[in-house]
Amino acid sequence: MKKLINTPESVLADALAGIDAAHPELKVDHVNRVIYRAEPTRAGKVALISGGGSGHEPLHGGFVGFGMLDAACAGEVFTSPTPDQMQEATKVADSGAGVLHIVKNYTGDVMNFEMAAEMAEAETGVKVASVVVNDDVAVQDSLFTAGRRGVGLTVLLEKIVGAAAEEGQDLAAVTALAHRVNDSGRSMGMALTSCTVPAAGKPTFDLPDDMMEIGVGIHGEPGRHREKLADAASIAKQLVDPILADMDFTGSPAIVMMNGMGGTPQIELYIMYNEVAKLLKAAGVEVVRNLVGDYITSLDMAGCSVTILKADDEMLKLWDAPVNTAGLRWGV
Amino acid sequence: MSTSTISLDQLIAWLSRFRDLVTEKQSYLTELDSAIGDADHGSNMVRGMNAVVEKIGAEPATAADALLKSVGMTLVTSVGGASGPLYGTLFLRMGVNAGPVTELDAAALGAALRAGLEGVVARGKAEAGDKTMFDAIAPALDAWDAAVADGADVAAAASVALAAADKGRLATEPLVARKGRASYLGERSAGHIDPGATSSTLLFQALDDTVSS
Repeated sequence: MKKLINTPESVLADALAGIDAAHPELKVDHVNRVIYRAEPTRAGKVALISGGGSGHEPLHGGFVGFGMLDAACAGEVFTSPTPDQMQEATKVADSGAGVLHIVKNYTGDVMNFEMAAEMAEAETGVKVASVVVNDDVAVQDSLFTAGRRGVGLTVLLEKIVGAAAEEGQDLAAVTALAHRVNDSGRSMGMALTSCTVPAAGKPTFDLPDDMMEIGVGIHGEPGRHREKLADAASIAKQLVDPILADMDFTGSPAIVMMNGMGGTPQIELYIMYNEVAKLLKAAGVEVVRNLVGDYITSLDMAGCSVTILKADDEMLKLWDAPVNTAGLRWGV
Repeated sequence: MSTSTISLDQLIAWLSRFRDLVTEKQSYLTELDSAIGDADHGSNMVRGMNAVVEKIGAEPATAADALLKSVGMTLVTSVGGASGPLYGTLFLRMGVNAGPVTELDAAALGAALRAGLEGVVARGKAEAGDKTMFDAIAPALDAWDAAVADGADVAAAASVALAAADKGRLATEPLVARKGRASYLGERSAGHIDPGATSSTLLFQALDDTVSS
């Protein structure tokens, strides 16, 4: 394992110290491992809290700030944060207008956020709503699985719903919008290499040099299948086809994210974006906004994912609203 | 020297032994989790049980309920992932069921463990054959109850429970996972032993080691 770390045990603490050092506009609670905006939540504004295992940066800490999250709870690498962290974040970020928990659909995250919401409501009376993001079409959504995983759509949802909260929409409206965004987007990812979890010290899975994993998750969970490496055009087709098979994206504008998994050069992401854009055009999907870059990563994994969101007028207006975070910034 | 009941000190020794076993088997647990999960079960359990041993050393409990609830909260707040809420709920419910006593006989400990398992089911919604910790704990407790019905003491019950847990654990190998991260693999999850069922078996091994030695 070759990594820029001090020790595997101190990865999270050292990274949080770095965020603290780099971003005076944020406040880091090193004991509870929560990243807040330095300015307290404005009275009457719904607070947005997310969190999850670390290793997906900039998600979630990099999206704390004006127009997106109010707080993010950081778990150990690829491990959900714990209810006490979430409860503390909920208590501190609440202005009295209530709190929306944005949870990616993983068994651990869902259970920990559920416990946190129960504890926060019982102990402090904070109104807590939640949305569980489940956009990964690589996983069949059935009674026999934990359901589709939450991946790239989380980024788009945090941006759009964050803008709605910033506008002053109440908890019910913000929550309804979050569910609408979740119902309107899908993602699919692939890997060229495994990632290496610092505490494990070796690659999570073996992937021969000439093979790729189609449908990979953001923790190196194996995907739909494994096959011989192919050119960018055919990989793009393998990502876009299952998304379009799952949902009809024609007839309304779309926001597309070409996301890097952490170990993919930007030049390759642009090559992939071009292939994806051509396929979407041919399929009659009108792409009106896009993001190309590393937004929800999987440590050092090489690979990418595509997220497509069918956006209505309100979502587009909220997408264009100003945002000022470490990971996403425009209009300010 | 085997033991017919379990004292508060032995409950503490059990937890300490569990810490030692997950530490000893950390790489194995992580290896199992790499195959069908996210390669963190070993380090998470070690972190959680180190926190438990530290906590019960710093704040000695005077009754089983306080001890077990403290263990549960410590696991919930230190482990994360799915194991935190699941193991945490197991001990929290055990504590509630055990009550403010300083000694448990085989029937009482069995009832407490059963209450813990019911908590795990409520939190994780797992059923038999889903390839989870349930598949080790449920047969262990069935064996425990059967042994107690035949007059077994804690040591004898722990011994048959361990055997049943290990059998249940090994029987997860051909199963297709239906809960948790492993379920994303579908058919590809078959052929691997479940890491949660493995750490749960260590819990029974720790108990057996504690009460039979």
